[in-house]
Amino acid sequence: MSHQIRTPAANVRGLGASRAGTGHYIRQRVSALALLVLVPWFVISGLLAMKGGFASAHDWLAHPLNAIVVILTLGAAFYHMRLGMQVVIEDYIAKTSTRQALLVLNTFFAIGVFAATALSVLNIWISAS
Amino acid sequence: MASTPDTGQRPLSPHVSIWRWHATMAASIAHRVSGVALYIGSALIAALIISIAMGPDAYETVLGLVLSIPGRIVLLGFTGALSYHFANGIRHLIWDGPGTGFSPGVASMVSIFNFLFATLATLGIWALAYYA
Repeated sequence: MSHQIRTPAANVRGLGASRAGTGHYIRQRVSALALLVLVPWFVISGLLAMKGGFASAHDWLAHPLNAIVVILTLGAAFYHMRLGMQVVIEDYIAKTSTRQALLVLNTFFAIGVFAATALSVLNIWISAS
Repeated sequence: MASTPDTGQRPLSPHVSIWRWHATMAASIAHRVSGVALYIGSALIAALIISIAMGPDAYETVLGLVLSIPGRIVLLGFTGALSYHFANGIRHLIWDGPGTGFSPGVASMVSIFNFLFATLATLGIWALAYYA
């Protein structure tokens, strides 16, 4: 027993690792790999499009290829953000009720803003074609 | 008093305040801080995209806020955070994938490089915005 790191009390309580860590670790890194390519494109392409005013920004999102890659960028970014903020909340918020409430809000924010932005891009693309 | 006999054997982290400041520590803290900043700043990018779907008037309103002086300060912070998180994220992927770059000398050098890269990339993005 002396070699065990967890205390007997911790074993009895059965809390601790929820066995979701490996999946979280892999997802954080796979979304990072996607963003490695998507973010530089999004920043440069989007910035140049916005320089031409509203019409130019609108045309940028109306082009099918741009619309698809922007939606992929948003998906990878909000997914990566949700996973990252989850760890920050779990690290710093000790009180269970506050932590759980913030974790739920984190998911709502990420999915909500992703839906709002992705549907906006879809709307521009579809109404233009 | 009831106590747990094994508690003495458990590993303890030294308290954060006794650590000497070093480059890798600053890089690690900056990675998390920039990540949180990007999370908050994503609302700005989202507002811009949504406003394009809403039409020219909404777009001009949001763009006016973004390009105001406070807006530009936030945008500078956002592009800085993005550049830094991007560079240091690559280092994390190299740590986790090929598994190299852990030696203190290399890790410190990469930390300083990432801060320099972030500064130059931020300047590059703003140069593109002004002069392209």
